[in-house]
Amino acid sequence: MSFIPTGIDQHKSGLTAPATIRTESAKLVRAGFIPLVDAAVLIAASEFGFAAREGIQIDLVKDVSWANIRDRLAFRQFDIAHMLAPMPVASALGLGSNPSPAIAPFMLGRGGNAITLSVELYRRMQEKAGLAGHEDALTNAKALKLVIEEMRAKGEALPVLGMTYPFSSHNYELRYWLSAGGLHPEEDVKLVVVPPPMTSDALSAGAIDGFCVGAPWNMVAVSREVGRIVAVKEDIWPSSPEKVIGARPEWAEQNPETLSRLIVALDRAAAWCDVSDNRRELAQILAEPRYLDVPFDILHRVLVGQFTTDPNGTERTVPEYFTFHRQGANFPWISQAQWIFSQMVRWGQVAYSLEAHRQVASAFRPDLYRNALGSRADIPVTDVRIEGNAEDDVFIDGATFDPEDIRGYVASFPIRNTGSGTTNQSDV
Amino acid sequence: MNAALSIMIFDENRIRAAIIEEGLREAGHTHVVVLHDIVGLARQIEIIGPDVIVIDIETPNRDMLEHLFQLTRSVRKPIAMFVDRSDSLSIEAAVEAGVSAYVVDGLRKERVKPILDMAVSRFKAFSRLQQELADAKSALEERKIIDRAKGILMKSRKLTEDEAYALLRQTAMNEKKKLADIAQSVVMAAAILGS
Repeated sequence: MSFIPTGIDQHKSGLTAPATIRTESAKLVRAGFIPLVDAAVLIAASEFGFAAREGIQIDLVKDVSWANIRDRLAFRQFDIAHMLAPMPVASALGLGSNPSPAIAPFMLGRGGNAITLSVELYRRMQEKAGLAGHEDALTNAKALKLVIEEMRAKGEALPVLGMTYPFSSHNYELRYWLSAGGLHPEEDVKLVVVPPPMTSDALSAGAIDGFCVGAPWNMVAVSREVGRIVAVKEDIWPSSPEKVIGARPEWAEQNPETLSRLIVALDRAAAWCDVSDNRRELAQILAEPRYLDVPFDILHRVLVGQFTTDPNGTERTVPEYFTFHRQGANFPWISQAQWIFSQMVRWGQVAYSLEAHRQVASAFRPDLYRNALGSRADIPVTDVRIEGNAEDDVFIDGATFDPEDIRGYVASFPIRNTGSGTTNQSDV
Repeated sequence: MNAALSIMIFDENRIRAAIIEEGLREAGHTHVVVLHDIVGLARQIEIIGPDVIVIDIETPNRDMLEHLFQLTRSVRKPIAMFVDRSDSLSIEAAVEAGVSAYVVDGLRKERVKPILDMAVSRFKAFSRLQQELADAKSALEERKIIDRAKGILMKSRKLTEDEAYALLRQTAMNEKKKLADIAQSVVMAAAILGS
């Protein structure tokens, strides 16, 4: 059995033409996932026939922690997994408690995260900085700084903010947002890990004062009237890497054909997820207990980007809160793996070295993405670019990232881990 | 090198944790600490510095531990169990049983394996126990409902207890249903018809 390329015509027509009819039995791919909206492309590939058309049956297994996902991929219980983009990068660098190699040949789309603070903390920011409620993310960060300065002066306990995993987009985004506002994430607040489904409870119990997690948990906190959304991922850096499909390198080597077909299936599923008319159906399937088990209404509003940011009813529309396919949202830019590396260096998770710089490039595999999909107008021909350099893709602080000069980039941030500062991160 | 290993069990299920603790003590381990609550866990790990941490794989709090280990400046960094992956059967058994573990890097595998094997077998025994308990409960429920159905039939059809039971069983066989299901229907019908 050989993989027959699906051809140019199908790429043009997008979703309608089925792949070559296959008589052999479907190839089983075991895939781990965490119940989050950004697992949508993987779930849609399995549920709406995109995988079947490529002769693949995806066996989806729901899991509860990123550590489990990493270990079960490493221990061959999964062939592929829904992963945080920094996880394969961390593994390539030997970081974490099980740095087993993983490669990312496909990004699961853009967007999905947000930063939520407790209503109480936000009200204090409003009072202190005169916020009306529609200010941008940077203004909100600066208002938080004013409140934290006041807290320090009065000897109050500093805010505790939750994120999801040490090697997560949430960790780096939250830190990026705080420092853009002039706050040091290791001195002015305390960062802890809170599993996403527990964020609302932790917020209402007062165990944390805010968090950065993926959808739908920010919206859930607002609907439960305990949280106030102050920034979304797009505000910090629109094309920042989020979740990926991670695979074990030796599985990818032993099953090149299956991986290729899988990428085709994911590509079609992602395009389908981007069609606004399909978002209702997508929300319906994601709402099911075997997937997210979250009310349909919340999922649908998240998917169409209709936010209630404040329990008082303040609305915000973010039309591209989720981009599953457009704008090259699935292309694994090596420069984005390198950006993740730059943040790991910035926050002292790893020291910069040329060797490390090279190792990072092996974590993302644009070559496998191109192999599967062929040449297409929307597929970049280079693997590296200056990030944050496009008109519609700027960082919150206006900086640009040149992967050729990671050390210079890190040094350009006035707020970073210098290896000497105090850390109040260790106790929970 | 032969110093007693310090073992921490983190399990929100107190009964299961107690069962594992008992097993470890029986096996001669004296340094065993059991924690049920995520609050204060970090401090406990810092104070005790366990060589082995056994943790329920179903808890999302594993990611919190990962964060903690990332921050620790100690040389003895914990690593996920069986990172050398040479023993895939043990790993499979552990994951299936729902056990996960962290082991301080550098600790010899022979010293850790009996501890993990013990945890795996006790986790399994616990699941079995739970299943048996659930089965026993439902068996008891079934007996109760059958008794009630018999009582209804004896009264309304003027049957002896044996005859009532035979009628239920015959109906179940004819309908290819479980005896308890037929009994349930009788009880429900009686309730609706008020007999």
